[in-house]
Amino acid sequence: MSPNVTLAIIAGALVACGVYLITERSLSRILMGVMVAGNGVNLLFLVASGAAGGPPLIGVTPKEEMSDPLPQAMVLTAIVIALATAAFLVTMAYRSFQLNGHDEVADDVEDTRIRELAEADEASDSFEEIRFTDTGDDVVSE
Amino acid sequence: MNNLNNLLPLPVLLPMLGAALTLLLGRRPRLQRAVSILTLAGVSAVAGALIWITDTHGVQALWVGAWAPLGIVLVADRLAALMLTVASLVTLGVLIYATGQDEEEVHRETPVSIFHPTFLLLSSGVSDAFLAGDLFNLFVGFEILLFASYVLITMGGTGERISAGSIYVVINLVSSLLFLTALSVIYGATGTVNMAQLNLRFAELPGDVTIGIQLLLLVVFAIKAAVFPLSFWLPDSYPTAPAPVTAVFAGLLTKVGVYAILRTQTLIFSNSPLTDLLGWTALATMVIGILGAIAQSEIKRLLSFTLVSHIGYMMFGVALATQASLGGAIFYTAHHITVQASLFLVAGLIERVGGSTSMDRLGGLAATAPVLGVLFFVPAMNLAGIPPLSGFVGKLGLLMAGVEVGTPVAWALVFGSVLTSLLTLYAVAKVWGRAFWGTPVLGPLAPDEVVADDDDARAGKLPGVMVGATAFLVVLGLALTFAAGPLYEYVDRAAGALLGNSYIEAVLSGVNG
Repeated sequence: MSPNVTLAIIAGALVACGVYLITERSLSRILMGVMVAGNGVNLLFLVASGAAGGPPLIGVTPKEEMSDPLPQAMVLTAIVIALATAAFLVTMAYRSFQLNGHDEVADDVEDTRIRELAEADEASDSFEEIRFTDTGDDVVSE
Repeated sequence: MNNLNNLLPLPVLLPMLGAALTLLLGRRPRLQRAVSILTLAGVSAVAGALIWITDTHGVQALWVGAWAPLGIVLVADRLAALMLTVASLVTLGVLIYATGQDEEEVHRETPVSIFHPTFLLLSSGVSDAFLAGDLFNLFVGFEILLFASYVLITMGGTGERISAGSIYVVINLVSSLLFLTALSVIYGATGTVNMAQLNLRFAELPGDVTIGIQLLLLVVFAIKAAVFPLSFWLPDSYPTAPAPVTAVFAGLLTKVGVYAILRTQTLIFSNSPLTDLLGWTALATMVIGILGAIAQSEIKRLLSFTLVSHIGYMMFGVALATQASLGGAIFYTAHHITVQASLFLVAGLIERVGGSTSMDRLGGLAATAPVLGVLFFVPAMNLAGIPPLSGFVGKLGLLMAGVEVGTPVAWALVFGSVLTSLLTLYAVAKVWGRAFWGTPVLGPLAPDEVVADDDDARAGKLPGVMVGATAFLVVLGLALTFAAGPLYEYVDRAAGALLGNSYIEAVLSGVNG
C-alpha cells in the first residue's frame, strides 16, 4: 500500500495551524484550533485506510475495488465527538465572556500568586537574595 | 462454552440507562437519587461477580454483535474486574455523599437535575475504559468519561470553576487529539486496533515504528494519569470543583490512565518495557509531586499534589514489569482509589465545619469535630503507608519487587519511594497538626467574607449521610487491609495473567470459533 501524500501533507498543514491556534489564550481561538487539528487527524485516518475505492457493499463493488470502511466508521465517531467538543467549548467561552468580559484562559493559581508578590515588590518567604562578588564569597541577604 | 460473558456489557449499559432515567426524573429529586444509587449498586454487584468469574473461569471476552474480528470486543480479566469493583464501590460511596450534600444544602451548590445523569455517564465511561478490548473503544470510553467530567468540573459555572475548567478541558482535548493520531498511525501500520491482534502484529513490525507508537500512546495516557512532566494541570483544576466531584476524579480518572498504561504496556508492547524511561519518570513523579504537596497550605491542593506523587508508585510497578512489581502496582492502584477519594471527601467535610480548607484558617478541629479527626486520620496514615494499613502492604510489595530486580533504576526507585512515603507522612502530619490541633494563623473568615454559596446557618454541622458515606469509604480502605492476604494473592495471579497469553487467547478464540 502506498500512502496518499497529498492527504498526508494537507493533514500536516491542518494540524500545524491547529496547534498554533491552540497555543492562543482565547478560548474561541482554542476551539478553532481543536477543530482544525481534529480535521487534520481525521484526514490521517483516510491516509491509513489506503487507496480510494467503491462503496463496500457486496454485489455493488467487486472485492478488490472496495474501500476500507473501518477507518471511516472511526472518523465518523471522531466527528460526532468533535461536535460535542465544539458545543461545550462555545458554551464555556460564552460563560467566561459573561463573567469576565473576555474568554481568555486564566493564569494558574501559583503563577498568579508569584506575580502578585512581584508586583507588590515583596519577596516570597523562601527567597534569598544572593550577590555574587569577585572575591568568591557570595553574600546572602537575611 | 459458558454464557457468563454476557454480563460484560452491564457495567457500561446500566449507568447509561440510569443516566437516561435520571434525566427524565429531573423534577423528582428523591426518585432520581434512588435510581442512581440502585444503578451503581447494581454495577458494583456485577463487578463483584466478574471478580469471581474471572478468577475461576478465566478471562471473559464478548464480541458485541458478534462482529468478530472487526467489531467491538469487551474483555474482563482479573485486573479489569478488580478495577471495576473498586471503582464502582467508590463511585457509589461518593454518590451517597453527594445526595447527603443535596439534602442538607438549601442553596444548592450542585444543580441536582444535571448532577446525577452526568455522574452516571462518568461511571459508564470508566467501566467502558476498563472493559475495552480494542484501542478505539478505549478512546470512546475516555471521551465518555471526559465529557461527563467537563460538565462536572464546571458545575454551576462560577468564575473560579470556569477558569480551572478551561485548563482541564484544553489539556484533555489535546490529549484526545494525540490519542486519535496514535490510533490512525496504528491502524495504518497494522490494519487493526484490537489489542490482542496488535500484540501479534507489532511483533512483526520494525522496532522504530513500534517505539514511535508506544511513546505516542504513553504521552497520551501519561497526560490522563498525571505522570510527572505532564502533571501540572492537575493541582490547578481539581481543587475548585465540589468535594464529591474532586473525590471521584482523584479516585478514578487518573487511575483509568494508569490502567491504560498498564494494559498497553503488558498487552501490546510486552517486548519493550522501557524500564529506564518509565522508572525515571516514576521517580520524578513521586519526589517532585510530594515536594509540591509540602509547600501547600491549602488542604485540597495539598491532596492533589499527593495524588500526583502517588501515581509514581503505580508507574514504579509498571516500569519494572515483573510479576511481583505489576502485582504491587495493581494492589496499590486499588488501595489508592479508595484512600484518595475518602481524603477528598473528608476535605469537603472540613470545609463544612471550618468554613475553609486553608490550614491558615483552620485549627482545633479535633476538639470541635472528633469524628472528622478519626475519618481523616485513618486514610491519612493509610496514604503515608503506616503498617499494618493497606498502603504499607502495597508499598512493601513494590519495594520487595524493586529489590528483587536490583538494577540501578530499581534501587533508585526503592529509595525514592521510601523518601516519598516519609515526606507524605510529613505532609499529612502537617495537616493534622495545624488543622486538627493548632490554632488558626489568620482567624476565621469575617462574616462578610464568607462566600455566599456556603450556606452558613448550617455550617458547623456534620450531616449524617455525608459522614456515613465517608465512613463507608474509610472502612472500604480498611477492608483492603483486612483482606490483604487473599487480595494480594489475587493481584499476584492477575499480574501473572498479564504476563501470560490468556487474554489474547480468550479474545481470539472468538474469531476462529
